Amino acid sequence: MTTAYMDNNATTRVDPLVLETMLPYFSEQFGNPSSMHSFGGDTGKRLEWARVEVQKLLGAEHDSEVIFTSCGTESDATAILSALAAFPERREIITSVVEHPAVLTLCEHLERHEGYTVHYIPVDKEGRLQMDRYAEVLSDRVAVVSIMFANNETGTIFPVETLARMAKEKGVLFHTDAVQAVGKIPLNMRDSAIDMLSLSGHKLHAPKGVGALYLRRGTRFRPFLRGGHQERGRRAGTENTTGIIGLGKAAELALEHMAWENSGVRRLRDRLEAGILEQVPYSFVNGDLPNRLPNTASISFEYIEGEAILLLLSRVGIAASSGSACTSGSLEPSHVLRAMDIPYTAAHGTIRFSLSRESTDAEVDWVIAQTPPIIAQLRRLSPYWGVTGPIDAEKAFSPVYA
Amino acid sequence: MWDYTDKVKDYFFNPKNTGVLEDANAVGEVGSISCGDALRLMLKVEPDSETIIDARFQTFGCGSAIASSSALTEIIKGKTLDEALKVSNQDIAEFLGGLPPEKMHCSVMGAEALHAAIANYRGEEWADDHEEGALICKCFGVDAALIEKVARENDLHSIEEITFYTKAGGGCESCHEKIEEILAKVHEGEPVAAAPARVPQSIPVSAVAKPMTLVQKIQKISAVIDEMRPQFQLDGGDIELVDVDGDTVTVAMSGSCMGCQMSGLTISGIQERLMLVLGRPVRVVPAQMAHAVGA
Repeated sequence: MTTAYMDNNATTRVDPLVLETMLPYFSEQFGNPSSMHSFGGDTGKRLEWARVEVQKLLGAEHDSEVIFTSCGTESDATAILSALAAFPERREIITSVVEHPAVLTLCEHLERHEGYTVHYIPVDKEGRLQMDRYAEVLSDRVAVVSIMFANNETGTIFPVETLARMAKEKGVLFHTDAVQAVGKIPLNMRDSAIDMLSLSGHKLHAPKGVGALYLRRGTRFRPFLRGGHQERGRRAGTENTTGIIGLGKAAELALEHMAWENSGVRRLRDRLEAGILEQVPYSFVNGDLPNRLPNTASISFEYIEGEAILLLLSRVGIAASSGSACTSGSLEPSHVLRAMDIPYTAAHGTIRFSLSRESTDAEVDWVIAQTPPIIAQLRRLSPYWGVTGPIDAEKAFSPVYA
Repeated sequence: MWDYTDKVKDYFFNPKNTGVLEDANAVGEVGSISCGDALRLMLKVEPDSETIIDARFQTFGCGSAIASSSALTEIIKGKTLDEALKVSNQDIAEFLGGLPPEKMHCSVMGAEALHAAIANYRGEEWADDHEEGALICKCFGVDAALIEKVARENDLHSIEEITFYTKAGGGCESCHEKIEEILAKVHEGEPVAAAPARVPQSIPVSAVAKPMTLVQKIQKISAVIDEMRPQFQLDGGDIELVDVDGDTVTVAMSGSCMGCQMSGLTISGIQERLMLVLGRPVRVVPAQMAHAVGA
């Protein structure tokens, strides 16, 4: 059966070259990089090689600015909690309403249990940050700003460089969760105002269980995990050597494919969107259209529910994801789509197709061919849908409770 | 991905009785687009015998919502209205071979639509007393609204009390932080006593237990099961003691306990309680399904 993996924002396939690079470090060069014997010696060198590869991908000035962690979530938590510990007298945090739960849940926790004041910057209908609100709340009472580089659901890119410069002027540390951006957008941290940046290996064809935090030299820092001397004492714990070496190779490959992400992948994504929208009435694309990640398409199909769409897509070999509540067990649809004020009629039926450098024209053709009949099939079942279009819900269908 | 049964998948991929029933004389509409699921149930009722001769549905919702709606139409066709009124959401879930706890509300929506349709046929008002909140206890499918309501009405202060009244938190215990937050909200502003550090109850060593005769042992086991029965009956199920053989206690489960995904947890709950009372390790096993069929 033809298949199409269109869920690369959830996770990517480990590149075969990445796997090949990692394999010897499981069973041949398995030594602890801290050990004095030769079993550990090469491992330690390979870790430093991986650090340099990540440094190059980020365009960072020093390789020591890269701290390896276990995942994006750990990097985010390390950055935010470090800033709070380093500036204990500052009791405010700025973030956005559309952050990943790795940041949002942590901020809500700090607000509820640690007495911090958190400013959540809202977005408009296109998912763009309300810059005036940001300027309003930015002050020297703020310990850290944490705003994502690009949104995982819509792909909308935020003006993080501008935001970071504004923070710098007020003497406030700036962190960005760049998990979806690294490997897709060229970065130049050397000339950036960003102080801290989080990335995750498995979003760029490295394995799960490895991430990194970029920490600008000179930034006040307090470790999240204390213990051994690993990562220059900034992240204790024996290194995930195979994962880190995999991330190093993945970073090297990502840099090689950067141009393709922004040409080939973008062309495929645009073709997929146009192909579906042309055939499906009452559907639209979400996000700041000219200013998005090249691989992400968030499409709302009105009057039907996302999980049902995903199950039918999965049956024809298409992997995507939804902003629907029903896939997570909660009743509210995605906080990102709700923050953008996407109506409920559409938010529940939103599907994210996310491509990668491995995506092909054949896969896109398959999705364009299979999706429209699935949407039509589910609309035939929907009480909100008539024969060719939505019915006037107020008149024709008014359930007893709301 | 949800662990849907094959029957749920079948009723979702190939739903029966879909679309508009043109000559319906009983229509029930529940849900809303903001909640993410809505259902219109259409029945054709034969007036003399009050028998449901045809049923169709239209559903906006997830896979299990569509499967539950379709299952409902299959269950009620051929039933009289009075018979149909006895169909509960558990019957719908059971018909489908069980639903994930997060998805039980789909079967609730089906049962509600049925009641609404019958009320519509009889010219009655149907009042919805249904409340839903974020799902807190995934093991027993208990949501925040219920925990809050029960905590307020009964002035509950501890996780143990919440578990006793609602079963929430009685399984894997990973929701205890959330239950504590709900309790804090319910009792906001009241003076708080320092919470004692909760230590998982260990099983007393058998050495402290006095030897028991078989009759004494059976009496104790029987007492424990009688004490726990009301909880199961509340959920439309039942449990009884079948046999005691050495340290193996056989019980029969019936009603909605049967085939319920939680029966394993129920059994481990009984087992834990028995070990505490008897002071020695015992194993609780369910009797063959045959005991319970026909219940």
